[in-house]
Amino acid sequence: MNLVSVEKLTKIFDVSKPWLNRFFERLPKRKLTAVSEVSFEIIAGSTYALVGESGSGKSTIGKMLVGLLTPTSGTITIEGVRLDDHGDKRSLDKLRQDVQMIFQDPYASLNPRWRVRNIIAEPIVARKDPIGDIVERQLVQVGLAPEDASKFPHEFSGGQRQRIGVARALSSGPKLIVCDEPTSALDVSVQAQVLNLMSDLRNDLGLTYLFISHDLAVVRHMANRIGVLYLGKLMEEANTSDLFNSPLHPYTRMLLAAAPRIDRFGHKIEPPAGEIPDPINPPSGCVFHPRCPLATEICKTNRPELRLLDHTRVACHHAQV
Amino acid sequence: MTKTATVIEETPVLCVDNLLVEIPTRYGSLYPVNKVSFSIIPGEILGLVGESGAGKSMTGNAISGLLDRPARIAGGKIELNGRQIDNLPTNEMRRIRGREIGMIFQDPLTSLNPLLQIGEQLVETIREHLPVSRSEALKRAIRGLEEVGIPAATERMNAYPHEFSGGMRQRVVIALALCAEPQLIIADEPTTALDVSVQAQIISLLKRLCFERGASVILVTHDMGVIAETADRVAVMYAGQVVESGAVRDVLSAPRHPYAQGLTGSVLTATRATVRLHQIPGSMPRLDKLPIGCAFHPRCSRSLDKCRSTPIPTLADGNGRVACWNPMEQIQ
Repeated sequence: MNLVSVEKLTKIFDVSKPWLNRFFERLPKRKLTAVSEVSFEIIAGSTYALVGESGSGKSTIGKMLVGLLTPTSGTITIEGVRLDDHGDKRSLDKLRQDVQMIFQDPYASLNPRWRVRNIIAEPIVARKDPIGDIVERQLVQVGLAPEDASKFPHEFSGGQRQRIGVARALSSGPKLIVCDEPTSALDVSVQAQVLNLMSDLRNDLGLTYLFISHDLAVVRHMANRIGVLYLGKLMEEANTSDLFNSPLHPYTRMLLAAAPRIDRFGHKIEPPAGEIPDPINPPSGCVFHPRCPLATEICKTNRPELRLLDHTRVACHHAQV
Repeated sequence: MTKTATVIEETPVLCVDNLLVEIPTRYGSLYPVNKVSFSIIPGEILGLVGESGAGKSMTGNAISGLLDRPARIAGGKIELNGRQIDNLPTNEMRRIRGREIGMIFQDPLTSLNPLLQIGEQLVETIREHLPVSRSEALKRAIRGLEEVGIPAATERMNAYPHEFSGGMRQRVVIALALCAEPQLIIADEPTTALDVSVQAQIISLLKRLCFERGASVILVTHDMGVIAETADRVAVMYAGQVVESGAVRDVLSAPRHPYAQGLTGSVLTATRATVRLHQIPGSMPRLDKLPIGCAFHPRCSRSLDKCRSTPIPTLADGNGRVACWNPMEQIQ
């Protein structure tokens, strides 16, 4: 059963200068297409990961799913409720309870002047529901002590703060949690603790995760299905084992080859060519063609559509099983 | 291990012996770097790896003389090419920095002057350290930019730092660090702010340039993958001390210190699927609350009674050093 279905999701940001500058300097409006016609579905109880480098639009998609940003076009449907359907206020309101988010930076995402109790209780207080002993139960669930409720965030280490962030996301009893780079600000040994906690919670509570990360290794560990984004476009989508064992898109292959590995001693790195282009003026046709080893004439003119090959969806003119 | 055995006889570029960095506070002194010793031979890449707060950046800053007050070197010795440099006055240290020790920092935007064209910054650095004319310095600057792979180097000399992308900026910083041809480069998390594909480019560039010039590198990073692919030797730091050091292959594939073992076990790789991650309980202790005895013992699964009372020993054998009372594999 699909918990989430995203259809042709697009987000365009207006990055023009203020109108007076535009008027005097005769500048045109500038548009940045952060997400371009991305469609995917998340099965209830699974973990769907979005990976990509900076500027690929992965966080923008996450923010649109929790309602922090409004899509320019396209639809998001969670549990059968369309997020842009404002006629049905009640089911939309109920849906808000079922979707929560864990943020990247545990130092910036907790209010330093609030006690942990208030931070964790906020999603419930906002709905005017009774709190009861929920805060203490959440703290125990994420591996902290009930007494920690009366402390302030600065009394905790980075890993413990991220646990508080997890507890806050869980307090309203959500079904879907959007995790935006939840461990990239943490040290490796602490990252392992937080990832283990998140997998345990998923299994115990039957949660569904949308996991956003730039780290392929973390994604391989956490996800069931993975979407690879590049400059706002979905390049490849596959089950985790397929993506790592037989990547079809040249960009996925490049990412896998470039990731540093602990077992490749003194390895002669063949670095990938080029850099991520300016998203305001993306390349024509397939956005990856300037860096692609397989690129031909057609790639420069025609944007490839996502095709289904086996169980993988891939947007490449030259992809073959 | 024949390679290590032969190179040990070469004279080291840098020799750090029992380095102690002190931060005096109202409540007593803290030691973010506590009796750290290592040496680097010409052309070698030494990885300093550890989690945040381990003292790896502090070690790098102590060597380059960039410790922020009130931190100061309270003991030990740093020798660069046989000359002691830890007690030099500021202006003499300034001459060494750049000329003999090049530095690359994590954030390329903050290590470049935003108000100066990059050509101007390169020329200034070259003329500061080498007795060359302005036109010669210009030529060298362009050659430096070409070497680090910046396209249209002559035109790009007039560009400002903000006109470059993150990866290109880090290339400029590398050109700047190398332009006075130092023998030692301290690279402090040089790729942490970059995307994976750009990270691979920068690492291979750094490796190639240092190999061509025979420069030694201290690579400070938290990323074990980067260390594995780049470094020849590695020193693992924890709470200000080097807990294990040795050839990269030995330390990463058969670590003997429980912390090094836990750290390599926590690392995820994209090459194999893992069911459950190995995790080290707890987190790095605060410097003002260091446990007595071995600093790692509260998190260690192999701790003995003696770990709680006696400071850690440094056990050495042919392959490396490990500071532990109960290492994974007994040293003969």
